[in-house]
Amino acid sequence: MTARDLLALLPLICLAYGAVAVMVVGAFWRSHAGIAGLTLASLAAALLVSGQAFALAPRQVTPLLRVDVFALSYLVLFVLGAAALTAFSWDYLAGIPQGRERFYCLLLLAVAGMGVLAASTHFASFFLGLETLSVSLYGLIGFTLRRPASLEGSLKYLVLAGVSLSFLLLGMALVYFQFGTMEFAALAERLGRSGDPPYLVLLGLGLILVGFGFKLALVPFHTWAPDVYQGAPAPVSALVATGSKAALLAVLVRFAPVLMGAHSGAPLLEVLAIITMFGGNLLALFQGNLKRLLAYSSIAHMGYLLIPLLAGGAAGVASIWFYFVSYFITTIGAFGVISALSAGPEEVAELEQYRGLGFRRPWIGAVLGLMMLSLAGIPLTVGFMAKLYIFAAAARSGLWLLLVVGVVNSGMAAYYYLRVLSILYSQPGEAEERLPRVRPASGVVLVALSVLVVLLGIVPGALMSRAQAISRGTASTTDGHR
Amino acid sequence: MILTWLLMTPVIGGALAWAAGACPPLAGRRPAVSRWVALAACGVQLGLACWAGAYLLPNGGFVEQRARWIPALGVSYHLAIDGLSLLLVALTALLGMVAVTCSWREIQHRVGAFHFVLLCVLAGVTGVFLARDLLLFYFLWEVMLVPMYFLIAIWGHERRNYAAIKFFLFTFIPSLLMLAAILGLAFLHYRATSVLTFDAEALKATPLSPIAAAWLMAGFFLGFAVKVPAVPLHTWLADAHTEAPTGGSVVLAGLLLKTGAYGMLRFAIPLFPDAAAAFAPIACALGVAGILYGAALSFAQIDFKRMVAYSSISHMGFVLLGVYSGNEIALQGAMMQMLAHGVGTGALFVLAGSIQERCHTRQLDRLGGLWETAPRLGGFTLLFALAAVGLPGMGSFIGEFLSLLGAYLVHPALAAIGAVGFVLSVVYALRLLQQSIYGPNSEGWRVPDLTPREVVMLGGLAAVIFWLGLYPAPIFQAAGPALRELGAHSASAPLRVNGTLLPWTQQVQTTREDVP
Repeated sequence: MTARDLLALLPLICLAYGAVAVMVVGAFWRSHAGIAGLTLASLAAALLVSGQAFALAPRQVTPLLRVDVFALSYLVLFVLGAAALTAFSWDYLAGIPQGRERFYCLLLLAVAGMGVLAASTHFASFFLGLETLSVSLYGLIGFTLRRPASLEGSLKYLVLAGVSLSFLLLGMALVYFQFGTMEFAALAERLGRSGDPPYLVLLGLGLILVGFGFKLALVPFHTWAPDVYQGAPAPVSALVATGSKAALLAVLVRFAPVLMGAHSGAPLLEVLAIITMFGGNLLALFQGNLKRLLAYSSIAHMGYLLIPLLAGGAAGVASIWFYFVSYFITTIGAFGVISALSAGPEEVAELEQYRGLGFRRPWIGAVLGLMMLSLAGIPLTVGFMAKLYIFAAAARSGLWLLLVVGVVNSGMAAYYYLRVLSILYSQPGEAEERLPRVRPASGVVLVALSVLVVLLGIVPGALMSRAQAISRGTASTTDGHR
Repeated sequence: MILTWLLMTPVIGGALAWAAGACPPLAGRRPAVSRWVALAACGVQLGLACWAGAYLLPNGGFVEQRARWIPALGVSYHLAIDGLSLLLVALTALLGMVAVTCSWREIQHRVGAFHFVLLCVLAGVTGVFLARDLLLFYFLWEVMLVPMYFLIAIWGHERRNYAAIKFFLFTFIPSLLMLAAILGLAFLHYRATSVLTFDAEALKATPLSPIAAAWLMAGFFLGFAVKVPAVPLHTWLADAHTEAPTGGSVVLAGLLLKTGAYGMLRFAIPLFPDAAAAFAPIACALGVAGILYGAALSFAQIDFKRMVAYSSISHMGFVLLGVYSGNEIALQGAMMQMLAHGVGTGALFVLAGSIQERCHTRQLDRLGGLWETAPRLGGFTLLFALAAVGLPGMGSFIGEFLSLLGAYLVHPALAAIGAVGFVLSVVYALRLLQQSIYGPNSEGWRVPDLTPREVVMLGGLAAVIFWLGLYPAPIFQAAGPALRELGAHSASAPLRVNGTLLPWTQQVQTTREDVP
């Protein structure tokens, strides 16, 4: 390993050392402000050194990690998302007296895990990153132990993540047994040479796909999602919905050539995409809890994201990243509103509690409304541009069935987002409970996210050009899987 | 730049109106200032449209503006105006003024926000009439929806939430299919030429297999037919129109329905001339079905606003028939019908609003005998009901007559059936009059007559109706070149009209081309 390799890895190292620093400092100096500041500083440092890493990319650091524009673009997204979540957590945790430094430590570890995932081109790093991420999430989801729902969510996640990890491990073992390599590129190449893959490999790939399905909450592996989202503290729900899924999908993009190398891979993913879109959207239609609604909506969004994955090629890879940018902004924004309004021990997540919010509290009501419009993909918001981009990728590759299914599902989804909107803007009842004031840190971040939603919804050109750059130099993205 | 100004005037005006509505120093005058600002913005837009018409159109008849917007996807900011767009933009600004004026007393809560939302709808509609890049068009097409949703959901009547969501979903889902068709067309074009563009002009030359063209055309037609609305897709209309506040109904009936017909005229037919020609008989039949079914439904209503709403289905059936008949007479008729229906039905909704404001009911069986105490109200109701019937001398007569004449040249049987609609419209319009302004005053209504503000507004609309009916030549001349060009794309048109079309002063000559 040379100095240049270390330089390329520096963003990940910053995050890891940041977690250690938070742990050590937190042991001696229990200042919430100090710890949160240290967290932000580590994130800022990671962001700063990633500039240098971009200059060195693409670079294969050990067989395990590939630091290229693709990995770094996702890393930047994770770090910025984590910064926003740090601000929300700072307000959210103000009401929880003990152990707050643990939260930030776990948050940084989770981001480091996601970063490793985005850079992994090897089963070993895939597994390492996934474990780092999952273990941090167990702690984060159960962080508000006093709420039974939180504990329940944590246990559920622990059991199901454990099961999915074992599926994944067995799948990896079977594939390794046959081919004797764990590198994605080498696997894809051997699979291509072997013609009809042996049954063991098909079984292995199937198990790996199940592992992905659990983690991405694709239908029919989605049942944990609503409970975990509902139970977890709102900032953590945002992390589960955005970061952990984006990291997994980034791995899936790199792993796709292997998966598609088996002839049944693409049709299987296509079926998964279709039932995930329909399942997520249909189940979301009648939810009475905003967090559960967002959980089902995120399931559906993962379904949409399988469309550009199947479309493949540079446009597919670019549109997935762009979609995630949009999805991060809006999902973190929506959970941010819940987090900002939940200052007490119980969260404000029942839709009825939001009745008339647009009139009672025009600003925060408007922010939530805007996020809903963006999730629904209505023009003037970034959500529209993101949907447009992935549908364009589908059209480019001639995936007409997926295009029409995606389009019909977007229309169906509009119903439940509009339902939230109509609750926000209906007449408030007589005795509405008073919701707490939004504290400054959350307020600033929410305003910034709203501005981004509209700005990128009107002039997405620069970011789309940026997205097109990320697929260059990504070794494992072949042009068109079909 | 004039085009961008046309598009941005309502947005800027709306933002100012909103700011005025929330501006503390204005104290009690906030609502009034907000209203005047909104009215002024629509006035400025109308002025700009007239200026564009007077100075720009004679010099070549076409103005356009292009800029890069999303280079990664080949989307450009491409606006253009010709006679067809110009007339519809002018209608937008005029009805915008009407919508602001008729809300003067009705809207008392959140006045600033109301005007912002209203003007955003107008900006979206204006953009739809100007856009020439398909994605820009789609973008603006959807931009209309969200503010319209809020207009119904916040300021509407009793069942506003239901109506707002129904309106949104009914128009959103088919337009998403249109988006799929737009993407499909653009990428088929990309495959054939390696140029990724959404510019409508460039996409016209796309080589398409007949099956692909049929599917894509179906996507476009569906998106537009819901807005028109064509018959099986009309069920959102009555709820949305009835529950919307008066200003919202005016904009819905007067403008949003026109965007559907405009979309067919501008995109659905010229982009797929062969597929559209094959489909034209079905579309014409749908139009005729709309004429008759809308009239029948209208007759069955007991709510003033619902009755007017259903009559719109009938009137827009003539537009659909005219648009798909494809020859210039029919297209001119459809164009005229769009303008006349926009103005006439807008006025009827204003009157419905005035009646509701005075009697707090729209039920026809409770109304009656309003003429006794409110003769001006009664007079205007009579006038605009007769305009809806298509009395000669008023705009809708010319529109409906020319649509039928044009259709007769292509599909005589359909035109003959459609002509029955003339009779049916008399039946429901007379029933409307009989049960509201005439008839026994069973409830003892003593209502204040129209205020000067309302008289000026309705008088202006009446003047436009008579102008359209008595001297339509300027309209035909303005729209003529654009319609001839659009008609040229329609391979279905075996008939052409020679010379300028001036039905009252000049013999209309038709010649039959050689049909292979």
